[in-house]
Amino acid sequence: MSVVLWLFATVAAYEFGRWLRKRTHSPLAQPVAVGIVIVAALLALSGTTYADYADATTLISFLLGPATVALAIPLYHQVARLKGMVIPVLVALTAGAVVSMVSGILLVRWLGGSDVLERTMATKSVTAPVTIALTERLGGYAELSACFAIVVGILGAMVAPRLLTLFGIRDPRARGIAVGAVSHGIGTARMLEESRVEGAFSGLAMGLTAVVTCLLVPLVASFLL
Amino acid sequence: MIVGLLWLLGCQLAGTAIVELTGLPLPGPVVGMLLLFVVLVLRRRDGEDDPVIQVGDYFLSHLQLFFIPAGVGVIAYLAFIRDAALPIVVALLGSWLLGLVTVGWVLGLFLRRVPAVAGTEGAPGEEIE
Repeated sequence: MSVVLWLFATVAAYEFGRWLRKRTHSPLAQPVAVGIVIVAALLALSGTTYADYADATTLISFLLGPATVALAIPLYHQVARLKGMVIPVLVALTAGAVVSMVSGILLVRWLGGSDVLERTMATKSVTAPVTIALTERLGGYAELSACFAIVVGILGAMVAPRLLTLFGIRDPRARGIAVGAVSHGIGTARMLEESRVEGAFSGLAMGLTAVVTCLLVPLVASFLL
Repeated sequence: MIVGLLWLLGCQLAGTAIVELTGLPLPGPVVGMLLLFVVLVLRRRDGEDDPVIQVGDYFLSHLQLFFIPAGVGVIAYLAFIRDAALPIVVALLGSWLLGLVTVGWVLGLFLRRVPAVAGTEGAPGEEIE
């Protein structure tokens, strides 16, 4: 029974999160964040361990795999937009991925964080399913890296458009790509509200960053970890 | 529906098999994503009624649901987070901001030479939650 119970609770908490987002239009009200808070509270109240909950919900977690594969679809729909700027975009995304990973690792080290925290911090700019897979491989805490990814996603949705304007980045293509590169799906949803060009480029950057980061992780790890 | 699911699972399976056979340092589903991309480009068939695109778009529209179980795992790390609050907050914010600005500036430098309309035509972006 506990399998059905926790599956139901998880989907219901997610649906409540979607309802809340629709009502409040707040970037803080991400269905995943609302779902995590509600489920965590239910686990604490019922005295259920996380291991039991994770076992009960493997059906949901499993779908991360096919959903990651499906990221090819927005990439396929939007790839024609890159005509004439493939190289600049790939250079920018590579630079961004390297800066993001290296600065994440070095800031943790500088402030006295542990080795496992460095490994958990490294890939948080990538969409959560890929972050989870990469962090497992690196030997970090996969669940924590998923939360880091959610936090930077929400951060992007809340302040990225204003920050980009502050830093004088006004080209809608550059804005979309910058947000998709560091705030993945949650940032992309926000950029779709700004304009469809920004949203499309953000979605494109999210998929490309996942691939670029996967390729760069072994390199960064061999130098820094 | 089922045909679309088969394509997604098939690509994931093929991607995972390739990773296991070759020892590529990539997650299987990411290789699966590249394979599906190649399949989509080769087929050149992209109606709204295409089963892969229908199922895939549906999965993506609820991507956030699928990582709730992983995210709930944060409860096992609350003490860890408290002990390392400073490096976590500074590294998270700092590296995020540096990444954002790097991509924006690098691209801004290049795009001055690309016509301002390039890439801005066409269908709106897909909704990814």
